[in-house]
Amino acid sequence: MQSLKIEVLVGVFLLLSLLCLGFLAVKVSGFSLGKSNDRYLLYSHFEQVGGLTVRSKVAISGVEIGQVLAIEYDQETMNAKVTLEIDSSISSIPSDSTASILTEGLLGSKYISISLGAEDQTLSGGDEIFDTQSAVILEELIGKFLIEQF
Amino acid sequence: MLIHALRRIGRFGFEMLSSMGRALRLLSSALIRRPDHRNIPLIIGQIYQLGVLSILIIVCSGFAIGAVLALQGYTQLVRVGSESALGLGVALVLVMEIGPVVSALLFAGRAGSAVTAEIGLMKATEQLASMEMIGVDPISRIIAPRFWGGFIVLPLLALMFSVVGIWAGSLVAVDWLGVYSGSFWSVMEQGVDFFDHVMKGIIKSIVFGFVVIWISLYQGYDSLPTSEGLSKATTNTVVFSSVWILVLDFFLTLMMFEL
Amino acid sequence: MTRNSIVFDNVSYNFGKKEIFKNLSFEVPAGQTVGIMGPSGTGKTTLLRLMGGQIQPDNGTILVEGKDINKIKRAELFELRKCLGMLFQSGALFSDLTVFENVAFPLKEHTRLNGEMIRYLVLIKLNSVGLRGAAHLFPRELSGGMQRRVALARAMALDPKLIMYDEPFTGLDPIALGVISNLIKDVGSVYECTNVIVSHDIEETARISNLLYVLSEGEIIGQGSPQDLKKDDSPRLKQFLNGLPDGPVPFHYPAPEYLDSLIGVKNTKRTIIKRDD
Repeated sequence: MQSLKIEVLVGVFLLLSLLCLGFLAVKVSGFSLGKSNDRYLLYSHFEQVGGLTVRSKVAISGVEIGQVLAIEYDQETMNAKVTLEIDSSISSIPSDSTASILTEGLLGSKYISISLGAEDQTLSGGDEIFDTQSAVILEELIGKFLIEQF
Repeated sequence: MLIHALRRIGRFGFEMLSSMGRALRLLSSALIRRPDHRNIPLIIGQIYQLGVLSILIIVCSGFAIGAVLALQGYTQLVRVGSESALGLGVALVLVMEIGPVVSALLFAGRAGSAVTAEIGLMKATEQLASMEMIGVDPISRIIAPRFWGGFIVLPLLALMFSVVGIWAGSLVAVDWLGVYSGSFWSVMEQGVDFFDHVMKGIIKSIVFGFVVIWISLYQGYDSLPTSEGLSKATTNTVVFSSVWILVLDFFLTLMMFEL
Repeated sequence: MTRNSIVFDNVSYNFGKKEIFKNLSFEVPAGQTVGIMGPSGTGKTTLLRLMGGQIQPDNGTILVEGKDINKIKRAELFELRKCLGMLFQSGALFSDLTVFENVAFPLKEHTRLNGEMIRYLVLIKLNSVGLRGAAHLFPRELSGGMQRRVALARAMALDPKLIMYDEPFTGLDPIALGVISNLIKDVGSVYECTNVIVSHDIEETARISNLLYVLSEGEIIGQGSPQDLKKDDSPRLKQFLNGLPDGPVPFHYPAPEYLDSLIGVKNTKRTIIKRDD
């Protein structure tokens, strides 16, 4: 009987810690297995990605539709190549849309915002968004401002 | 005088090296062996002893620390008007740092010292020697189940610690201080990444569990079979474990969080 | 035919810088009850640990049941130990197991008997030491003498060929002492197993042994049947057998001159008391 009680308690313990892991995964880190299954990739080149990181969010009108998968330096075009992972339910992004790197709030993290274009043709997996707007670097802005002043 | 000092340093170094050698030998002989199905009930017993019986202290401390983090964080964040980031702050600090570290420290004090005392006493009362004479290897029957038990248990306790802490933080922030619950949870969800933060915290606690249970077993197994020897061994377990946890935490952070 | 259970051949053992045994040679014939006696601190327990292969000698060979205990592999050593039993001075029962489980432990570990069979065997062994009624108790609930009887039952559990006893008579009241010494005698005659008793209790050991060895300062100073030993008149043996406080075995631990120590003369060189034998 003693060993039965111990086994039951150990079982409850293991189950509880599994629940904790689940809580951390779903509630705390917003991790879900379903998301990454059906996604497609888009590419775009930026002059300046300053502050953008892998897993930064990609949004249209502020609504998250995907995330940054990779950021690398492209030797051919001599600027930064960013790979975007877009939820496949968002299938009608016009091919002349613009991708810009914006900041959430004044000091928040960088994310990519896609402003939609007007073309009938839409982007599909592997396509590139040509029209891009680089990240605004606060120091550069301040520098420019100061130079204009004097 | 100088020669005397050098000699002492030399002897200290020699003793440290030889004790590390003995600890390594104990570990390797506990791990490198055929799995024995008779050990499974023993491991379950150890999960009970080391894990289930530690839940209370882990939950209480986790609750207290989570609540304090929320309070302290709130007073700072509210000054710059970003108390919505409180959930994120509490969760990150708990999951990556405080959860693994504090639960490992508590584990060393609560379970590690008990393991050391138990094994030291078994050695002092010749129980280990008599088991050996019966033809059963005490390393596989006594040391190995405790090792696996402790190794499995600590990461689970650290998870519980973090979850209870986050829950306590939400109680303080949302229900008491009036932070908007939507932003508390959604900012947390966006800022915390499962692989970047949660998994790295879990890896930390796996390393800590390995080190703490190893130190505890070695100190017990290597203790002198006297009352002073035993008390020294339990003290050593707590002291060495704590120092190693904190030192390793620094290096693990350095390695994993690409600074 | 004389087969030897244990053979020590020129065994030396040092503990740190202290020489415990030098060139020790003796045999334990199979089926006999052999007593190894000697004053405290002559390394009697060390001797048993050498026999059990728990420590290794610095020199010489030890054969146990025909096998060189320091040359065989670890697995073989554990195999060999199944036919050895050892009774520790403290009993060394597993404190988290009941009396029944303690005696059942070797059976569960080394046999494939089913639960019912093990129960029979354990109860038989416990009955032979008179503690069948205490099967459900924990060791801490028993007296020292009873613990030693349980330990004896556990040592006998696998019907070993050889049982070693570490100081089986110390710390017992006269009744418990009589019980234990009769049990040891029975084990020898009924189970036909070799008994090696290490003790400083001369009378009890002599009463149940066929052969005695007297050990002092790492050497054997006397051997033979109990009757033979009584006739031997070497001074060291006489001192031990008759319990004289001072003699060839000195009363004083090696120390500087008494007077010098008292008046505080600082002797950098230690003067060791010289023995005059």
